[in-house]
Amino acid sequence: MSIELKMPALSPTMEEGTLARWLVKEGDRVSSGDLLAEIETDKATMEFEAVDEGIVTQILVAEGTDGVKVGAVIAMIQGEDEEAAPSNAAAPVQSLPPVAAEKVVPSAQAVAPTALAPRPQAAAASPAPSQSNDRVKASPLAKRIAVNKGLDLTAVAGTGPNGRIVKADVDALSGEGRSPVAAPASNAGLRAEAPVAKPAAINTDIPHEVVKLSNMRKTIARRLTESKQQVPHIYLTVDVRLDALLKLRGELNASLESRGIKLSVNDMLIKALALTLIEVPACNVSFAGENMLQYSRADISVAVSVPTGLITPIVTDAASKSLSKISTEVAELAARAKDGKLQPHEYQGGTASISNMGMMGIKQFDAVINPPQAMILAVGAGEKRPYIVDDALAIAAVMSVTGSFDHRAIDGADGAMFMKVFKELVEKPLGLVT
Amino acid sequence: MSNYDLIVLGSGPGGYVAAIRAAQLGLNVAIVERENLGGICLNWGCIPTKALLRSAEIYHYMQHAGDYGLTAANISADIDAVVKRSRGVAKQLNQGVTHLMKKNKITVHMGDGKLTAPGKLTVTNDGKTEELTAKNIIIATGARARDLPKAKADGKRIWTYRHAMVPTEMPTKLLVIGSGAIGIEFASFYNDMGAKVTVVEMMDRIVPVEDADVSAFLEKALKKQGMDIRTSARVGSVTSSETNVTVEIKAKDGSVTTEEFSHVIVAIGILPNVENIGLEDLGIEPDKRFHIKTDPMGRTNVPGIWAIGDVTAPPWLAHKASHEGVIAAEAIAGGNPHAMDPMNIPGCTYCHPQVASVGLTEAKAKEAGYDVKVGNFPFLGNGKAIALGEAEGFIKTVFDAKTGELLGAHMVGAEVTELIQGYTIGKTAELVEADFMHTVFPHPTLSEMMHESVLGAYGKMLHM
Repeated sequence: MSIELKMPALSPTMEEGTLARWLVKEGDRVSSGDLLAEIETDKATMEFEAVDEGIVTQILVAEGTDGVKVGAVIAMIQGEDEEAAPSNAAAPVQSLPPVAAEKVVPSAQAVAPTALAPRPQAAAASPAPSQSNDRVKASPLAKRIAVNKGLDLTAVAGTGPNGRIVKADVDALSGEGRSPVAAPASNAGLRAEAPVAKPAAINTDIPHEVVKLSNMRKTIARRLTESKQQVPHIYLTVDVRLDALLKLRGELNASLESRGIKLSVNDMLIKALALTLIEVPACNVSFAGENMLQYSRADISVAVSVPTGLITPIVTDAASKSLSKISTEVAELAARAKDGKLQPHEYQGGTASISNMGMMGIKQFDAVINPPQAMILAVGAGEKRPYIVDDALAIAAVMSVTGSFDHRAIDGADGAMFMKVFKELVEKPLGLVT
Repeated sequence: MSNYDLIVLGSGPGGYVAAIRAAQLGLNVAIVERENLGGICLNWGCIPTKALLRSAEIYHYMQHAGDYGLTAANISADIDAVVKRSRGVAKQLNQGVTHLMKKNKITVHMGDGKLTAPGKLTVTNDGKTEELTAKNIIIATGARARDLPKAKADGKRIWTYRHAMVPTEMPTKLLVIGSGAIGIEFASFYNDMGAKVTVVEMMDRIVPVEDADVSAFLEKALKKQGMDIRTSARVGSVTSSETNVTVEIKAKDGSVTTEEFSHVIVAIGILPNVENIGLEDLGIEPDKRFHIKTDPMGRTNVPGIWAIGDVTAPPWLAHKASHEGVIAAEAIAGGNPHAMDPMNIPGCTYCHPQVASVGLTEAKAKEAGYDVKVGNFPFLGNGKAIALGEAEGFIKTVFDAKTGELLGAHMVGAEVTELIQGYTIGKTAELVEADFMHTVFPHPTLSEMMHESVLGAYGKMLHM
């Protein structure tokens, strides 16, 4: 006997909900009390338990479907007492894979009308796609590639018209260029691993509000998780005296005032970081699996906080740009970043990053590397500190700077050399203007 | 001195479209043109040649009236009247652009424009110079025909496309050097009009950017029409006299012949118009072929200066220029336009039979490492083509076997230039083979062959 599994009302006021995730698949045997699915209401995500026993024969509503009315049939369960069960129950493992394969490529059914006849009966019944990629706004080609590669598109920010996910976005996700030959050098060989597993839903009584993730937030979540899971970070911290740099900045700003340019300490640190990368090329690299990319140009990604999250516009070839040029460029990029008007090429790429939380009074912090880059510099607040100058206690302007390095590509000694060169450059800052 | 938000230098299909789009977005726009509004496309290129080719086509049908059960006697062609009609068409469209400029409140400055500094441009006309300023300037100066190194086109015996469009006399024995779109279109026109036409191509096949199957088919079709085609051949010395041109032609096998022609058309490519517009002084970077380098939005390396169309990277096509014009205008107005994918820019050649294509050729796709599925459907299998008496040609499609992406489509035959946009929409929207298969194509039309070609790539062709 077939049992209809209906969308439950998880609260007295619930009229419809989102079928967030199936916890069973077709062919699974369930018994009373097993968790079947996660249902999202406007207030919370809740688990849906089985009441009946049997085998899930059909899933009728795909994961991620919004607006499923309470009472709508979402799956079919074949009761245990059913005589027909043996054919299903005897070989569920053998019969299932082809069914699953049919269903994740919904268009494949359409392509092959002649293939209808030999198909197992379970699949013929329902055209409902069981893959969450069908719910996202993506081109048919993007969906096809995602299915082929087992990528999850729900966390991808689309760059096509109206935010549509297009082939380029999926290729970027899997670390491939637009075609096998045209892969941009910076991405060559870098492949993202399987999509990051979604954290378990939180079931809580604490009063709260569910906030839908922006695409930027999803991208940040995915990339930072990837970085921390895949990139072994080492952190090297130095204290850097700032007096000479601050003095130089004052002098430069006095002479630049007529041009309406005001250099920030960060502008100068961007240049110092770029020059250090050129001087210590072992740290201007990308780890790319089988090989390593050694960059001969330093493109600096500058972390900019924006209302929806964080974005890193790039100062291209910062080592050969003047401070005034860097300053105007950063100001312009940051302004457009805040308006959400950066072009993808203006924030994708870069060979190293800088993140400065000095203005918030943070003394020191460790930043997460932004792959495929291999290093990021975390800049703390410049502050007056007791400091030993010529064996005597004095007061000096000092900041703590921490470099995070991808230890797969960069040895500790190279990282240390990098920090040493950076420190010297900032403490004797004439190198920044020559 | 007049100040604008945007000045567009050049009013071809790139420039005038950019100006209109920018004006629509509320910018105060000026356009600078040294010759005719509408540029080469409207006045000396795409449009007037289509008018000429239409006359040739009708002439061809009249000569073959018997095939359709009709009789036409005393058929003749009057080249002057054909050219006059073509000029009339160009004039009508030129006035159309004038009207569009007025309608969009775009100020037209006639004269030679030159950039003097970022945001500054002078326009010289009749010795008078005016200075204009703008926050942004788009360079849309286009390109011109490349000359043979030793025999410059003079308009008498040696012609570029421009002379070929307004012939003062009908060539009797014509040599066309170069078999790209421009060369083949004029070869086809004059062949239809009754000239004895020879085409010399340096590469091993004509229309060398097209798929090899298209080149082979077209060569056969044109030879059948009486054209003399020499591939892997080179032109040596070219000497013109009052009455003819003597040309040395080195054939594929290395033998050199000296032949006489009444006229020669040089169609060996284009050069960008980058001279005397102040580019060097501003430090605007050219690429290896001297075209201006830009980012996908049209920005040059100098802030506030943009470039679009033939003066930038290939393909050098009017519709690519127009699309770049829209993208640049929207970016300047603070929008966030989508970059154009060169793989989605169709190309059309209006010879007889026509050629149209988009995306990768089969060879290029394989070179790029794709595992391909190829469909090819002949016009012979299409009812409409047979009814039209145009059962010559084919439609070829190239798919990525792994993903079902349409990598390229290549067509030769009647009206294929009107068909290619179907595949272009599909490619742009990133449809896969299933979507094309699911589309209902109207019967009876030539477009049914587009369906069959896709079905064929997957072994499901119905009518062959």
